[in-house]
Amino acid sequence: MTLVVAGNSKEYPDGINLTRLIELEKVETPMYVTVALNDDFVESGGFESTTLKDGDRVEFLYFMGGGR
Amino acid sequence: MAFSDEQLTRYSRHIILKEFGVKGQKKLSRGRVLIVGAGGLGSPAALYLAAAGVGCIGIIDADEVDLSNLQRQIIHGTNDVGKPKADSARASMLAVNPEPEVRAIRAFVNAGNILDLIRDYDFIIDGTDNFPAKFLVNDACVLAGKAFSHAGILRFNGQLMTYVPGQGPCYRCVFKEPPPPEAVPTCRQAGVIGALAGVVGSIQAMEAVKYLAGIGDLLTGVLLTYDALKTAFRRISLPRRADCAVCGEAPSITAPVDYARAACDLS
Repeated sequence: MTLVVAGNSKEYPDGINLTRLIELEKVETPMYVTVALNDDFVESGGFESTTLKDGDRVEFLYFMGGGR
Repeated sequence: MAFSDEQLTRYSRHIILKEFGVKGQKKLSRGRVLIVGAGGLGSPAALYLAAAGVGCIGIIDADEVDLSNLQRQIIHGTNDVGKPKADSARASMLAVNPEPEVRAIRAFVNAGNILDLIRDYDFIIDGTDNFPAKFLVNDACVLAGKAFSHAGILRFNGQLMTYVPGQGPCYRCVFKEPPPPEAVPTCRQAGVIGALAGVVGSIQAMEAVKYLAGIGDLLTGVLLTYDALKTAFRRISLPRRADCAVCGEAPSITAPVDYARAACDLS
């Protein structure tokens, strides 16, 4: 199936959940990433139970401090 | 209030813009912006807002200038090492433009002072480097009904979002609560490229200018990300969270909260 992850369309195994996508994408600090699926937030406790479908758009939002 | 000939010359490139004009410049001259942090983000933001003729600019920082700051904190010079950052920033801003009222505030923001600090200002720029301070600025702005610009930078990446009361999500809608100290990389551990702070801090200044002048579209409901290595900007649309702890329908946070400060801020 095709997912749009951070704006890029790529092929992924059918029916994977968010936890697996986070592994495949080698998300840094997965405990502290915010996930938006089709413009809506996914609760951090809900990654395992969120099965992805063809065409889903996923964004990973990272804590970014810095500045001073 | 009419502009003097000198002011008309100084701001001529603003005034000639048909979307901006004398009207926009007058709005800037009556505008009040508070910049929290005189660092990588605060440096370009403060210099541009001073140059633009914003009427009153507050700049808060409790630290002194360190040699390791100068690679990105361009408001400070080599001769300023060891001086309070707020004072060094004020001097640089007034050197660019002596007209604004610049208030140098040597303090760390905390739950006890933040509401007083932001009260006098129309727009707040979050140029802080740690998550407790970012959540504090967010919560205080939501509680006080103030617009503000969030930004963060790390390595070669930056992100920005603008909060305007009643429009789109706040920072806490997106990032619920601060990560534990040391849980996510910081600039001190992971590094940050200097010009990145210039790009992102300049966008914060642009957001403040647009807000004050009432022109254009702000980064409300959008997280703008910038990947400097790819030279890629992305706009990620984000919703408000109805159950947000501070801006939601039944908020549990009704006063500013102090979190333990992460190790990253103590440069």
